[in-house]
Amino acid sequence: MTLPQLFFAYFALSMTVLSLLIVTRKNPVHSVIWMLVLFIHIAALYLFLNAEFLAAIQIIIYAGAILVLFLFVIMLLNLKREETAQKYQSQWPISMGIALVFAIFMTMIVGKITVMPALGEYSVEAIKAEGSMMTIGKVLYTRYLLPFEIASLVLLVAIIGAVVLAKQRVE
Amino acid sequence: MELLLMFVKILVVVTIFMIHLLYVQYFERKVIGHMQARMGPMRVGWHGILQPVADALKLFFKEDIIPSQSDRPIFFVAPIIGVIAGVSTIAVIPLWKSFSIANLNIGILYILALSSIGSFSIILGGWASNSKYSFLGGLRSSAQVISYEISLGLSLVGVMMMAGSANLSDIVNAQANSWFLFPQLIAFFVFLVSAIAETNRVPFDLPEAETELVAGFATEYSGMRWALFFMAEYAGMFIMSSLAVVCFMGGWNGPELPLVGEYSGLLWFVLKVYGFIFFYFWIRATLPRYRYDQLMSLGWKIFIPLALLNVIVTGFLRVL
Repeated sequence: MTLPQLFFAYFALSMTVLSLLIVTRKNPVHSVIWMLVLFIHIAALYLFLNAEFLAAIQIIIYAGAILVLFLFVIMLLNLKREETAQKYQSQWPISMGIALVFAIFMTMIVGKITVMPALGEYSVEAIKAEGSMMTIGKVLYTRYLLPFEIASLVLLVAIIGAVVLAKQRVE
Repeated sequence: MELLLMFVKILVVVTIFMIHLLYVQYFERKVIGHMQARMGPMRVGWHGILQPVADALKLFFKEDIIPSQSDRPIFFVAPIIGVIAGVSTIAVIPLWKSFSIANLNIGILYILALSSIGSFSIILGGWASNSKYSFLGGLRSSAQVISYEISLGLSLVGVMMMAGSANLSDIVNAQANSWFLFPQLIAFFVFLVSAIAETNRVPFDLPEAETELVAGFATEYSGMRWALFFMAEYAGMFIMSSLAVVCFMGGWNGPELPLVGEYSGLLWFVLKVYGFIFFYFWIRATLPRYRYDQLMSLGWKIFIPLALLNVIVTGFLRVL
């Protein structure tokens, strides 16, 4: 195995293990901590793909903002009952069956994948020359300006919705 | 060979950084002492010069108390997260003409990312102690960090727009003739205040407000583990000062000084950083602590709009 393959193998394996750890922990705060480790692994995988901007954003947004909010909510709720409750009693057989079917499909698909040669103007070399941050900025604000604006409008609606819900007075 | 050189570079910079962390606390006690018409530490060595060494030795040999109801693994890991996040940030700071351990294109984002990971140490430390005071300190800190990280990041957007890059070396090079301090005065103000809030210093040290919360998130910590929290706080202060110097005050740029010759860039950088750190201490000795709701409304209602306004104005000026 070459070094990149070894690197990828480590990250793929540890990310699977971490995901399992996240869903099986009894204490929700422990789940969040494993999720933090998982997010850092995902960021490293982005770095591995030369997407340094995405890696930084992954940490700032997911680890820095969303995960802190998760922690905030979990700590405020003080989930003592959830910690002692049994997890996944009746769902086990169904979920294992679905996972098995999914795994069979995936192994069938993976065998059929053929690697295409690089297409389009944004090849690895072009992005490297300009820096991934510059390239994403340019593409986002020229070619994909309309989808970008639509996405920000959707987020704005969500913010206003949250404010309206929070402002409602209970009589 | 290249790897070895890199390793030596990291070792030298981190060692010097650690010694600075040790002595900046002596500097603080002296400065605040003199501001309050006291002498500060005087007993150990000449004018107390060996005080930090004595303190470090004492903390090292102190008993490590772990509360019986605490969440042990998280209790252990929390201070370490803070120190790792704080110290590894030094890697991207350009200390001197084209000298930084890693010259990243996403330098500013890297610092912001690590500072947000560092905030986990306070939140988790407060939670894992299983004490009401620590827990309240941790919760306060999480809310404070989320609010002020936004204005901190937005205030640096203006600088990135002026330099056309997020690479810290490029930002310093863009200030070779004039600092960004004056065109980015609003951003500088927002950055300065947000940086104090982000590093939990007075007047925004609500997570460890001793009048209400004993010692906040660090109440249950003792000995070496407490010292790690302390180190993380001072490392954060160093990084925020360096970031202010790099982004607004021209980094290593400055007239060549006699005697030191080509090393004057490094000297200028260190002088400016210590100027900032002095400013931190000055504020600590001057201002009383904020109330928590005032802190929140200041962040969301004043600093974020101000930083956004600065981004818009800078954009217009760049287009014109």
